[in-house]
Amino acid sequence: MRHLLSTADLSRTEALSILDTAEEMAAVSTREVKKLPTLRGRTVVNLFFEDSTRTRISFEAAAKRLSADVMNFSAKGSSVSKGESLKDTVQTLEAIGADAIVMRHWASGAAAQLAASDWTDCAVINAGDGTHEHPTQALLDALTLRRGWTAARGEDPRGADLAGMRVLIVGDILHSRVARSNIWLLRTLGAEVGLVAPATLLPVGVQKWPVSVFYSLDEALASGPAGGPDAVMMLRVQAERMGGAYFPTAAEYTRRWGLTDDRLAQLENHRTAAGAQPMILHPGPMNRGVEISAAAADSPMNQVLDQVSHGVSVRMAVLHLLLSSSERNTA
Amino acid sequence: MTRSPETSHVMSASDMDRALTRIAHEIVESHRGIEGLLLLGIPRRGTILARRLGERLARIDPGFDPEQSTGSLDITLYRDDLRAHGARTPEPTKIPGAGIDGATVVLVDDVLYSGRTVRAALDALQALGRPAVVRLAVLVDRGHRELPIRSDHVGKNLPTSREERVSVLLDEVDGVPREEEAVVIQRHAATSSPPATGSPAAGGGC
Amino acid sequence: MTSTSTAPTLILGARPYGEEPTDILLAEGRILAMGEQARGHAQDLEKVHELDAAGLLALPGMVDLHTHLREPGREDAETVETGSRAAAKGGFTAVHAMANSSPVADTAGVVEQVHRLGRDSGWTEVYPVGAVTVGLAGEKLAELGAMAESSAQVRMFSDDGMCVHNPVLMRRALEYVKTVDGFIAQHAQEPLLTEGAQMNEGDVSAVLGLPGWPAVAEESIIARDVLLAQHVGSRLHICHVSTAGSVEIIRWAKQRGIDVTAEVTPHHLLLTDELVRGYDPVYKVNPPLRTAADVEALRHGLADGTIDVIGTDHAPHPTQAKECEWSAAAMGMTGLETALPVVIKTMIATGLMDWRRFAEVTSEAPARIYRHSQQGRPLQPGEPANLILVDAESTQTVDPGGHASKGRNSPFRGMQLPGSVRATFLHGHPVVLDGALNSPLKQSQAQRKVTS
Ligand SMILES: [Zn+2]
Repeated sequence: MRHLLSTADLSRTEALSILDTAEEMAAVSTREVKKLPTLRGRTVVNLFFEDSTRTRISFEAAAKRLSADVMNFSAKGSSVSKGESLKDTVQTLEAIGADAIVMRHWASGAAAQLAASDWTDCAVINAGDGTHEHPTQALLDALTLRRGWTAARGEDPRGADLAGMRVLIVGDILHSRVARSNIWLLRTLGAEVGLVAPATLLPVGVQKWPVSVFYSLDEALASGPAGGPDAVMMLRVQAERMGGAYFPTAAEYTRRWGLTDDRLAQLENHRTAAGAQPMILHPGPMNRGVEISAAAADSPMNQVLDQVSHGVSVRMAVLHLLLSSSERNTA
Repeated sequence: MTRSPETSHVMSASDMDRALTRIAHEIVESHRGIEGLLLLGIPRRGTILARRLGERLARIDPGFDPEQSTGSLDITLYRDDLRAHGARTPEPTKIPGAGIDGATVVLVDDVLYSGRTVRAALDALQALGRPAVVRLAVLVDRGHRELPIRSDHVGKNLPTSREERVSVLLDEVDGVPREEEAVVIQRHAATSSPPATGSPAAGGGC
Repeated sequence: MTSTSTAPTLILGARPYGEEPTDILLAEGRILAMGEQARGHAQDLEKVHELDAAGLLALPGMVDLHTHLREPGREDAETVETGSRAAAKGGFTAVHAMANSSPVADTAGVVEQVHRLGRDSGWTEVYPVGAVTVGLAGEKLAELGAMAESSAQVRMFSDDGMCVHNPVLMRRALEYVKTVDGFIAQHAQEPLLTEGAQMNEGDVSAVLGLPGWPAVAEESIIARDVLLAQHVGSRLHICHVSTAGSVEIIRWAKQRGIDVTAEVTPHHLLLTDELVRGYDPVYKVNPPLRTAADVEALRHGLADGTIDVIGTDHAPHPTQAKECEWSAAAMGMTGLETALPVVIKTMIATGLMDWRRFAEVTSEAPARIYRHSQQGRPLQPGEPANLILVDAESTQTVDPGGHASKGRNSPFRGMQLPGSVRATFLHGHPVVLDGALNSPLKQSQAQRKVTS
């Protein structure tokens, strides 16, 4: 593995290797000395063409725990028309001596273009590109899901996949890089995926994806052999911007696709095949009262804070695996 | 040009058995008993050897509880030569019972070579706590140290050249039957492969 | 009519339309004689240049109804001079320069300027296309009459790059051009259905997370416009048809007797949206690359006459316009110097078309649509000597670095393509010889009368 651009590129073995490494990274955070010398002398650049304090801080914490030097480069608003091109920016970073570029970009495909270009030899980590993918978010979600899935069975998470797990992804699939990355990774790990959204927020072409599609959240919540899901992932919906175009109003969206108190109660009463309550995930930040009720946001079933700490572990794992293999052909 | 390597066996399964038994006795003698003794194997083969040593210690002194006194210490994240070796998924670090503070830790590995693995293990230990004493037990010492590190307990001293490759074949890792476990040397007549460890990787930042 | 200093040329053993080898004598801008008589007539002339064309095909010079020459305004991307050179090398003896220059070709002044620049270059004939609406803004009709009456004698009007989407305005434009015997070339793209669109909407866009450009946005405009053309009895040309559905609608319209013609680009005959997966902006174009099923339908539509012509939509861009994020990159591909090989690969090598039909779609039909009298003529004695010699057997690897166009944005870069233009004769003058630019046709400004 030279870059991390899309979860579609990850084999099952590679995905498990990242998750297993992340488990060890998580164990380190419980030790007296939380810092590892692994990436001493290496430089990681966070190149953000779009604001995302949460993602940037998570990558920064990950790199620092591995003793890498971290530089933050905010290139917001920069574009060919307005200023420096991506090429020039990246060549500058290369000259400064970066080993890895963690890039958040408003343009779908920007990370793939960077990795394919001869502008840099750095390892490229896609920290979210347009409406394409956000692979480390999917990996941290998978780490969270795997913890819950194996804990319910009393198994060791290491080496385990998600075979048999049933995960619903609810909301704006069309514009969600989180959804795309999650779908490919969950399928690679053996989980079943159900997408739940109004038809306006599903891409043309979704019929060919290896998922089941529901227009009704209530129908989806009652589906499957266990009569319900093992996990529900709620996506953030920009109701103010989309209301009237993609769906009539925020209120109608919440009624039909929101995780309301009634639906939360239904989930609380549901038991998975392993006898556990389903997990609730959200990539954050949550819109309380829109896609998720306050009670669902604060429910013990909600993994959102675990997701944040797993984000650091997963990003440590990715940095470790990419940077320590950057001069090798993967055998 | 690389020619297909010649392989020769330098330790048989029974040689390995005897060596481990001898090391177990040495450990008890030098430590004057088993009190506060903690065996930490370096994955993956060191972990297995530590477990086997633990079984022998329990036979020598039934007061030794292998469950409470053997574990593993992964050093992947503490290596300084990852660029040369490439990324590996770290193995679990398992520290039993009361932790390492004040314990006599015996690090166990299969082959001692440059000493860099042991250096990394010492760093990893430091992150976990403060042992009273740290000792080192290895099945094979093949020489060519690059750091001032020596082993307290050695199964076999094996003079080698840098072009040779020493492998310890174990049932649990390599899938050979227990009675066919062995230590083997592979010789490359002419080799273009880089030294197994040591010299910092060329190249620098990307 | 044309007096040049060009010596007569005796082409030896070329095969017109790929048929029996024959000799062709070019003099005074015309085909003077063919066959047995060619050599005889040549003996009566002085300083005849003999050209061995054994194994080469002779075809009428190609005519491109859809070229972006970028001048005035974007001379960093292309100029009339460099674009004309590219056209000559590609085998085109006439090109039609789209109106989206800066300033827009929406006045007599701009079209006369482009026309004059083309004549001064002398590598190919350059016919400016006039804008339908002022500034391509889709609001007010441009001075179509003034452009028609100018020295450029514009007959083709198009807002290419923009769609004339207002149905009333489109109706009026179709009606108005009847008064100058012109026609409207529509870039069919419903703007609201394609807001922010980056690529074909379908399986690939779903995965890549790029906003989709649905086929229906093209097809709905074509359906509307053929009905409008029928209603007002006007001539309508559809630019760069890209979908299977569009082919069906045009086929239906032609069966109803509607006076519609259609064009397809070489790239839409060969490339699909699968190429977008690497996000290389060289594949970004408007209309976008579609699916393999669309490519198949376009090829068959071209073979059976539903689609009338090849139009290159040659759209050169400076490097920085393509060396950036996909969604920030400019749309368009170069095409003049690769059109012939791509059409050979997709239509001749596949057996879908013979050389007679090739001449029809690359030369005769576009000339007929524009009502040219000196272009797209048969290879016969007495006809104007606008013709090309083609080596159909050779194979070339496309190297945009070697192109005469300023644009390096060829999607065919690195591809092995069959066929090459060995010579291009413009009114009897060899503007291209041995596959390389030779010299432009020089003539006094008063002498050329381009349309009749
Ligand atoms: Zn167009």
